Amino acid sequence: MSKTKLKIENLYKIFGPRGKSFIDPVKNGMSKQELLDNHSHVLGLNNINLDIPEQRIQVIMGLSGSGKSTLIRHINRLIEPTAGAITVDDEDILSMSQLQLREFRRKKTSMVFQKFALLPHKTVAQNVAYGLTIQGEQESIAKEKSHKWIESVGLSGFEERYPAQLSGGMQQRVGLARALATDAPILLMDEAFSALDPLIRTDMQNILLELQKDLHKTIIFITHDLDEALRIGDNIAILRDGKIIQKGDPQQIIMKPADDYISDFIKDINRGKVIEVKSIMQKGSSKGTSLDSSCSLEDALKVLNNEKNNECSVVDDNGKRIGKVTLDAAIGALFREKASRNKEKYK
Amino acid sequence: MDWLAEFPSLGKRDLRDLKKGIDGSFREWSRSNGDAIEAFFDPLYFFLVWLEKLLIATPWPIILIIVAGLAYLGSRSWKLALGSVVSFMLIGYFGMWKDMMATISLISVSTLICIAVGIPIGILMSRYDRVQSAITPILDLMQTIPIFVYLLPVVMLLGIGRVPGLIAVCVYAIPPIIRLTNLGIRLVDKEILEAADAFGSSYRQKLFSVQIPLALPNIFAGVNQTIMMALAMVVIASMIGVKGLGMPVLQAVQNQYLTLGLMNGLAIVALAIIFDRVSQRYGQRLQAHRYGKEHE
Ligand SMILES: Nc1ncnc2c1ncn2[C@@H]1O[C@H](COP(=O)(O)OP(=O)(O)OP(=O)(O)O)[C@@H](O)[C@H]1O
Ligand SMILES: [Mg+2]
Repeated sequence: MSKTKLKIENLYKIFGPRGKSFIDPVKNGMSKQELLDNHSHVLGLNNINLDIPEQRIQVIMGLSGSGKSTLIRHINRLIEPTAGAITVDDEDILSMSQLQLREFRRKKTSMVFQKFALLPHKTVAQNVAYGLTIQGEQESIAKEKSHKWIESVGLSGFEERYPAQLSGGMQQRVGLARALATDAPILLMDEAFSALDPLIRTDMQNILLELQKDLHKTIIFITHDLDEALRIGDNIAILRDGKIIQKGDPQQIIMKPADDYISDFIKDINRGKVIEVKSIMQKGSSKGTSLDSSCSLEDALKVLNNEKNNECSVVDDNGKRIGKVTLDAAIGALFREKASRNKEKYK
Repeated sequence: MDWLAEFPSLGKRDLRDLKKGIDGSFREWSRSNGDAIEAFFDPLYFFLVWLEKLLIATPWPIILIIVAGLAYLGSRSWKLALGSVVSFMLIGYFGMWKDMMATISLISVSTLICIAVGIPIGILMSRYDRVQSAITPILDLMQTIPIFVYLLPVVMLLGIGRVPGLIAVCVYAIPPIIRLTNLGIRLVDKEILEAADAFGSSYRQKLFSVQIPLALPNIFAGVNQTIMMALAMVVIASMIGVKGLGMPVLQAVQNQYLTLGLMNGLAIVALAIIFDRVSQRYGQRLQAHRYGKEHE
């Protein structure tokens, strides 16, 4: 595991004029519905604890209204928490003055928005340079940097266009370039690709993953789309009614969903493509062909089927043998396990 | 049961004393402070007179060229520019050139004042809800109170002439620009403001690089309405001695000169149409970027 970049501890957000006074009842188990019905306050976040590792992509997933946007906006304090702590590089965000906060937003974080939120009266080049302009960067340097990022998202030649002249996918490329231009180490993406067509969304995911190979940013990526979460996330946290109900890497979430809500969430995925051999690996060794530990079930099945005793050995990235897989185990993993069977492990 | 038939009111004598008392003290106050207040408005007076003299002294062909140029720059329409020039020539041909120049200088100066005072007030209102709720009723009052009621104290203070006329025009014409500046800024997309915040903008940076530019179409609609309302005040302003196209209209009403009233009235209408169309076109061009058109 890499170092923790961002630490969220016991974070609560209660929307409403007297949010603070309901902290204790909520801590003692008052539900979101109860709070709303009896006190007309909205429980946005309920005891969030999350360590976000450096240089990885942390996905936060959940249905509409589960508190995803609320959570991500706490990281740059666009929303003030009702209780809890947030630290970035061991620095307490919540104790920052307005001036320090502004500096933090300029240098440490940048954000991509669901509806792009570009400045309609500025050109693509001016939009991308926005963060730099605000920081008082020299015009020539800002221009040079923004040009570089426009190129890296594949928008060369569109510098002088206005946002309204671009398609949605192109606008979000501008949004991405604008966020990257300030060289901030933390990138916040709130359903950044949700408004795009499926094909274009895949394109954008590819661009992001490709860029991330060189940039190694700490990315917090929000989505309500499981395929996107599995594709992009190094880690996934699942939110429901303002609470994190499961966190882990994609394999853990598919193989061991914490409850029925999550098994419901993952019921339609293509398990053959998503599950990797390492998730069904057993101890021991085999004389069969070597399979990469990140090989998908689908590919593994073909090889296993052709093996004499339907067994293969599993090797890690360095080619070292670390275990074996059997055809039975692979077929078994294709069928969804009921969450209830695993429940005792999590409760 | 007499007391039911008649509304209980202050006695006639008490009422007269009350009115007399207030009138007397206001008159006294204005007598002792009138000079100071007049001195305060002196720069305005000199500017107004200077502009009027300048416009009248400028040879008419030059004025026509400037009118054509401004109309074209504002609207990008040859037809409108041509129409403006023809209207000006007709007004001049019928002997109203000087009055028209006086009216234009009054409208220009009062619009400038309304912009300079109104936009900052509108910005403050958009920033603080308290300022908004304090100023909105004042604006309502300014727009509904009969003009003559506030004309009176102004005249008592400053006498008759250009400056009190100008103030009356401004009081009447300033509400739309304040309201629309406030509204325009408040209507700016929340997500865009959030983006500006997320990148660490200060309040000033947000105001000048996001809020005002995006509110400009609305602000400009306010300027347009302010100009229209100022023009509508021209005749009333002439009652307190403001020169211009309003004066002959007033004479016409008093002496039943039908043609004189009609000609000057039509001249005012022509000016109104020109100002309105040019400023509206300009306002529309300000939001061209919203529809993805090329920007100039
Ligand atoms: N300013 C606010 N005042 C009151 N309630 C709010 C406010 N902002 C959000 N909420 C409530 O908090 C909860 C979480 O909202 P949030 O926008 O974070 O959800 P989300 O997961 O981002 O949903 P979506 O997928 O629709 O964007 C919702 O119940 C919402 O109604
Ligand atoms: Mg959201």
